[in-house]
Amino acid sequence: MQKYLARRFVLAFVTLLAVSLIIFIMSRVSGDPRHIYLDDYSTQEDWDRMGVVLGLDKPYYQQYGLFLKGAIRGDLGESVREARPVTSVIWERLPATLMLGAVAFTLSLLIGVPLGILSAIKRGTPLDALGKLVALIGQSAPPFWLGIMLMFFFAVKLGVLPPYGKQDWNSIVLPAVTLGWYYAAANLRLVRSAMLDVLDSEYIKLARAKGVNSRTVILKHAFRNALIPPLTFAGVTLGALVTGSLVVETVFAWPGLGRLAIEALFAFDYPLLQGVVITFTLLYVIAAFIVDVLYAYVDPRIRYA
Amino acid sequence: MATETRINTETVLEVEDLRTYFRTRWGTVKAVDGISFDLRKGETLGIVGESGCGKSVTMLSLMRLIPTPPGRIVSGKIILDGDDLVQLSENELGKIRGSKIALIIQDPMTSLNPVFTIGDQVEEAIKIHQDIPKRSVMEHALQVLRKVNIPAAESRMKDYPHQMSGGMRQRVVGAIGISCQPKVLIADEPTTSLDVTIQAQYLKLLKDLQKDSDMSLIFITHDFGIVAKMCDRVAVMYAGRIVEHGSVRDIFNNPSHPYTAALLASVPKMDVDVDRLFSIEGQPPPLHNLPVGCSFADRCPVVMDKCREAYPNRSTVSDGHTAACWKLE
Repeated sequence: MQKYLARRFVLAFVTLLAVSLIIFIMSRVSGDPRHIYLDDYSTQEDWDRMGVVLGLDKPYYQQYGLFLKGAIRGDLGESVREARPVTSVIWERLPATLMLGAVAFTLSLLIGVPLGILSAIKRGTPLDALGKLVALIGQSAPPFWLGIMLMFFFAVKLGVLPPYGKQDWNSIVLPAVTLGWYYAAANLRLVRSAMLDVLDSEYIKLARAKGVNSRTVILKHAFRNALIPPLTFAGVTLGALVTGSLVVETVFAWPGLGRLAIEALFAFDYPLLQGVVITFTLLYVIAAFIVDVLYAYVDPRIRYA
Repeated sequence: MATETRINTETVLEVEDLRTYFRTRWGTVKAVDGISFDLRKGETLGIVGESGCGKSVTMLSLMRLIPTPPGRIVSGKIILDGDDLVQLSENELGKIRGSKIALIIQDPMTSLNPVFTIGDQVEEAIKIHQDIPKRSVMEHALQVLRKVNIPAAESRMKDYPHQMSGGMRQRVVGAIGISCQPKVLIADEPTTSLDVTIQAQYLKLLKDLQKDSDMSLIFITHDFGIVAKMCDRVAVMYAGRIVEHGSVRDIFNNPSHPYTAALLASVPKMDVDVDRLFSIEGQPPPLHNLPVGCSFADRCPVVMDKCREAYPNRSTVSDGHTAACWKLE
């Protein structure tokens, strides 16, 4: 177990390092950062002084070292638009994104997993058909369209939920449903097919032959095995829910990191954009690590491999 | 409740005209079509036949584990210890499965749940069927694991199935089977996926366990070598029916149904050198579209006109030895 976790940890670290390198290269390829910080009235002197401040006078490998050092200290440069440290801007927006991601993730599990189990047990019944419909909509409707439709129906027509922004507790409902539906659908399908496979297995037959009742067979013997594929997927989901919020946050004017990224993009605020990308990566890697730990907990074959 | 038949010979299990059908898109598959047999205390009955003859469906029917739908026990009785299993509710069956009638299934690699420890899985049946404190459940589980010769049983309890070899896993499955002293233990090709030396060990183990506890064994197999070694009586199945039934001696010395004779002839012999091994020509009939007469007619070397008109009745060859063939009438 320790060995497995250590390996995962090292892997997570390597991922972060690789991403940081890519970001560094891209930021240099996209042009001299002084073009952003300085305006047309700057002199050659300003240009050179700025170069020394940003470390641009040093060779590239040293620049990368400086970039890393700054990133570890939490110094990701200064936002051009807001004229304050990138980290403090991100720090402000992070909670909203985390909250939206967490609610959407919980929703995707609460809807996807039970519906998946039921669809498998009641295979071929109307319930299974309902599950298929939920999955079909979730997986085929693009989030921006789904978001607008939900907004139109629940906010405009029925007027029961706020259409956008983040004011009351219920403002989160529509964006979370929009964001979570796709993953609920994916979970539903994964759990259903995993459950069908598992229920057909020999060990389920043996469990029933031992006299275990059907409820325990499903909830204990089958469920834990059927959890393995969706859990694998949860690694992707957790990360994607945070990063994939770009569209949904924009549609619902949700003041999170996704919207911040779009704003930064339109304002040519590259340091800020770079900071958001690094934050996304960090969140992704943390999510993947958590899932790896859970994975080992559920499946002993991984724990002892 | 109890049936009065054969009180003095102590029949443990009596199967009467059992029929298990499956509804499929091709029609009704008559996987088990009217089989009857009984099992006495301490006896071993072999059920032999080729793949798809209904052996495993028979086993599942006895455990009442036929997946419904599409399968269903259409008629018949399975009388175990006075109860007709066909009539029992799922709840009542839960009390009988694993305690009075238990199962060892074919594939040790897949028959244990990968996410629970060996200890958990052995203890489970004991917990369900015996009302004893937690501490004794563990003791009991340890005892059965020792009984099936698992070395270092104590530390093995904490192991997961993937940490054990196939032979070891099959022993664990055996331990689960005997953990609640069942009256009847059904072994469905328990040694098919084990290599030959392990196979011999396992068969000896089953035999010893049976001697200790006086339980009755139903051995489902296609291997006549195992039948000769393990069984007292044999039922030969073909296309969902028992075509011949008798003691091991009867079956081997005087196979009276052409199918049994052909099966025995297709067992390779060590002392005879042949260029080509004997095999039975043709395929068994599709179970959803059985012929009117004898289902073996198309492959039978001694087929008569009569065979294609009606299914033969069971004829008595000698005491306790019957076969369903027109040749015998």
